Amino acid sequence: MEFLSAIIAGISLGSIYALIALGYTMVYGIAKMLNFAHGDVIMVGAFMMFIALTKMGLHPILCIIFGTVICTILGVVIEKLAYKPLRKATSLAVLITAIGVSYFLQNSAQLIFGAGSKTFTSLFGSGNISLFDGQIIISHNTIVTICVSVIIMIGLTLFINKTKTGRAMLAVSEDKGAAQLMGINVNKTISITFAIGSALAAIAGALLCSSYPILSPTTGAMPGIKAFTAAVLGGIGSIPGAMIGGILLGVIENISKVYISTQLSDAIVFGILIIILLVKPTGILGKKMNEKV
Amino acid sequence: MALLEVKNLGIVFGGLHAVEGFNLTLEKGSLYGLIGPNGAGKTTIFNLLTGVYKPTSGTFTLDGVKLAGKNPVEISKAGIARTFQNIRLFKNLSVLDNVKLGLHNQMKYSTAEGILRLPRFFSTEKKMNEKAMELLKVFDLENEATTLADNLPYGKQRKLEIARALATNPKLLLLDEPAAGMNPSETQELMDTIRFVRDEFDMTILLIEHDMKLVSGICEEVTVLNFGQELAQGKTSDVLNNPEVIKAYLGD
Repeated sequence: MEFLSAIIAGISLGSIYALIALGYTMVYGIAKMLNFAHGDVIMVGAFMMFIALTKMGLHPILCIIFGTVICTILGVVIEKLAYKPLRKATSLAVLITAIGVSYFLQNSAQLIFGAGSKTFTSLFGSGNISLFDGQIIISHNTIVTICVSVIIMIGLTLFINKTKTGRAMLAVSEDKGAAQLMGINVNKTISITFAIGSALAAIAGALLCSSYPILSPTTGAMPGIKAFTAAVLGGIGSIPGAMIGGILLGVIENISKVYISTQLSDAIVFGILIIILLVKPTGILGKKMNEKV
Repeated sequence: MALLEVKNLGIVFGGLHAVEGFNLTLEKGSLYGLIGPNGAGKTTIFNLLTGVYKPTSGTFTLDGVKLAGKNPVEISKAGIARTFQNIRLFKNLSVLDNVKLGLHNQMKYSTAEGILRLPRFFSTEKKMNEKAMELLKVFDLENEATTLADNLPYGKQRKLEIARALATNPKLLLLDEPAAGMNPSETQELMDTIRFVRDEFDMTILLIEHDMKLVSGICEEVTVLNFGQELAQGKTSDVLNNPEVIKAYLGD
């Protein structure tokens, strides 16, 4: 029963990683860049929701919508100001810019909200459900996290595969030039991708801070890096890969916390990243790189 | 008025005149060939006409609308579509989705309607499916609609690329070496397909080709390019017998 609890908690944590990893993987697939500022968008979203809840006294649902809208706009603005001028630059320049944006967001948050951490009140209530005569206790947060993530992942999959905009995203990720000649606006498609990725990050922020209620300007950094690991584990660029990679990583992290050591759990997670990069650099569902001879 | 009028078109890459002083007038419904040795600038002309490159001199108009300097999206909307020398299908998408991407700009519903799955999303998607299936039928690809484009045999990939280009509802279709890598019987079938497209869709076609059998078989007129400049222009049979042209291809 302890094992089952650990798995459920792991799936819950993993769903959050998956939501964040989706943003990484979609942006990578379409703009061919690693947006290392993605993790900090989570933090901005969580702060917005925190303010909406404590200062403006909004209903939790409205708080989430407020934070999500702000992050969506933030994602599009970051892309326009920081990344779009570098569309033709080397990938290293874009990578360094992304790290710069990450520091900018963290330090701006520190300036505005202070460096100390705040206690985030769960947006989903604090109750528990006990099963099997109390042998398994599942919090409301866990249930909401898993349900919301599953709904979002199904919705996103339908959106990508069944709608015009989704198809355009797939086309741009495969061949920008050919997509343009079909009359597809590449810049607009990239903007939409950043908007969706950032909205998912905001929702992930709400779920994350409701389960782990400490909010500080660096809150987004660690989950961001772990979600990146998840995206690589699943195969960066692959949307189902990010989902599988995220959940798998959450379960592994939680099981190592329960059965091995809390201190070592992060080392195990990043150890996995190293092993994947050595054994199967393209990840679980990643495409083979065809090398021309 | 001619459908396509190209005047004195040229592009310079760091001192190299890749194309210089290119002129061309295409009447509606014509089937025109662009030939020349490797590196003569043929594909560069296609890239200029589709907005991939911006011309450094000259201009061109389609149906009287000036398109020189416009970007590929604007030019696609204005009515020029193309295929590629090395096939550039969306390999990981289905055959049907490839054609539907060609329909992207003709059938509209907003992203929000797509997310919320409002009625217009379903009706438009249904229309797109029907239109795309019609096109696939024309090219005998309707049974492969759900196959990944990458898994189609080579000849069918070429056909799918033409179908996808036609889906953008062009006035002018540019075919870049459509017969590359095809065996003689496939080439024969392709010639029939190209003629059929011209007649059935009332299309104007400009094609680049090295296979002289195809060129002399279907093109009414040709231009020969050499080192970025026009070497000869006129009726196909005359041009192919021109000693200058033979020299450019075979050397002295």
